[in-house]
Amino acid sequence: MEVPQDLKYTQEHEWIRVDGKKAVIGISEFAQEQLGDIVFVELPEVGSQIEQGSPFGVVESVKTVSDLYAPAGGKVTAVNKDLETNPEKVNSEPYGEGWIVEIELSDETNLESLLDADAYSEQCQKETE
Amino acid sequence: MSQAQVLKESKGPKTPGTPGLIFEEPIVFEMGSPGRKAYSLPSCDVPEVEIETLLPPAEIREAIDELPELTELDVVRHYTRLSQWNFSIDTNFYPLGSCTMKYNPKINETLARLPGFAQHHPMTPDADSQGSLQLMYELQECLKTISGMEHASLHPAAGAQGEFAGMLMIHAYHSAKGNPRKKVLLPDSAHGTNPASATLCGYKSIQLPSNAEGTIDVAKLEAAMDEETAAIMLTNPNTLGMFEKDILKITEIVHKKGGLVYCDGANLNAIMGIAKMGDMGIDVLHINLHKTFSTPHGGGGPGAGPVCIKDILEPYLPVPVVEKVGSKYRLNADRPESVGRLKSFNGNFGMLLRAYAYIRTLGPEGIRQAAQSAVLNANYIRARLKDTFHLPFTGASLHECVFNDKGQGITTMDFAKALIDHGFHPPTVYFPLIVKGALMIEPTETESKETLDDFIEAMKSIAKKGKEDPESFHASPRLSKVSRPDEAQAARNPKLRWPGH
Repeated sequence: MEVPQDLKYTQEHEWIRVDGKKAVIGISEFAQEQLGDIVFVELPEVGSQIEQGSPFGVVESVKTVSDLYAPAGGKVTAVNKDLETNPEKVNSEPYGEGWIVEIELSDETNLESLLDADAYSEQCQKETE
Repeated sequence: MSQAQVLKESKGPKTPGTPGLIFEEPIVFEMGSPGRKAYSLPSCDVPEVEIETLLPPAEIREAIDELPELTELDVVRHYTRLSQWNFSIDTNFYPLGSCTMKYNPKINETLARLPGFAQHHPMTPDADSQGSLQLMYELQECLKTISGMEHASLHPAAGAQGEFAGMLMIHAYHSAKGNPRKKVLLPDSAHGTNPASATLCGYKSIQLPSNAEGTIDVAKLEAAMDEETAAIMLTNPNTLGMFEKDILKITEIVHKKGGLVYCDGANLNAIMGIAKMGDMGIDVLHINLHKTFSTPHGGGGPGAGPVCIKDILEPYLPVPVVEKVGSKYRLNADRPESVGRLKSFNGNFGMLLRAYAYIRTLGPEGIRQAAQSAVLNANYIRARLKDTFHLPFTGASLHECVFNDKGQGITTMDFAKALIDHGFHPPTVYFPLIVKGALMIEPTETESKETLDDFIEAMKSIAKKGKEDPESFHASPRLSKVSRPDEAQAARNPKLRWPGH
């Protein structure tokens, strides 16, 4: 299972890739595997504010429906419109073309409470036991 | 391979299904022939008038091309054949957890067809509707007795609307005290309709993580409960089929901060006649007549979700309210503080009638026995399958038990599909969300020991074969008319219309 070292993770299986003030958010390989075939992603509005730890969208698979929790707070600057017609990209490329939103971070200290790749891998390991 | 061979090969210890004459059936648009008609009317004996001379152009619909042209017999056979593809409680075991697919006793249907009820127009004045109003009034009284609540409204059309009605009353109650409050607490095992109802009433849903036993964590509830929290919405027994044993403590914590307690009564069938929600500190309860009181659902009929409340919420009841004045009954809509009207006329009256028939047929002792048998049946299945399947929560089960696919050779979805080849409807799968790969089995009270044994043997034989040859399950079900559709593709690219229409 792929857990890229350069990303930060939440306990709820979202990842965040930070580049200066901008950050891109998606769900992990483990999350897409657990969810199964994804059939719908509900995206937030561009320009809306999202809060750390609060739901900002929904991902629906053939098995279940899950909220997406924001790894960090900020203003949504872009959403992956492609997922409206091709939600399966979250399954096939969770860290690439399956990205979900881009935000402008409102408070970089939010990132301190997130998991690094090793801690996140350990958590996934525990969940499968 | 012939269907008979497939059947033989898939046979478990006992397979209820046998190949019968089930026909291929085209879509109705592919059938018929131009000019064919299902009627034969005498020639018109009044002058024909062009529709354009009567109506403005905007009101006239364009002609629809290519409607199927069929005889009456073509139509009857088409739909009768399609109906033979159906799976129903009248044909097979249907252990769909949380949905309570109870047998619908035929006496309910007979009584619902009595002309005095079936032909009664809903706009008939009260004075000429005394029988129907009496029935509604007496059903309310029965529900109050069974639930231990103080008032009831029969209007909500289904459970989710019952929830909505209850949350509207809670909102009205807090608003009347000067602050509608902002939040509603929900355990993470809740039905998805609960947060939806809270959100529709303007509340923010706050999720409460369950404790290790799968019930409400009292310490976490105490920490989350504050004076901006309008209510908790809980389900008792909960969606794991377990009784919330701390219910008295829970309702006390919520009441202490001025909040109210909403109970989703979807699982009332497990405790009816034994314990009363009103005694547990519940302020609002909805009851699914189509689960607990045996009225048809799941394609068989509309639901009915009466809402029961305590005195403090009485001013806000939906209108009209059925009242008894002296020996007469009437509908009263003159209630200024009411949350309003939720449903046209008198709710799904046909369902109220069937539920009333069920309650009066069973009587108090029968109601209690139905709950006891439902709990006994679920525990029989649990006891006989617990060595084959993993039980994620091991506390006492009531009317349903929740296993999962941990340690199996195949997934929960494979089990669901394979059971169809054994003649059983799959249990509820992947719910509640707090159980990974959940298989939620609810047998209800009416199943015989033989049926339960057949189901248990089927589950065991699938588990055994699933470990030996998991690949063979990916094509199941093989005996149903439609096998395994591509569910992901169907959800991603639904085709909802016949091409050209």
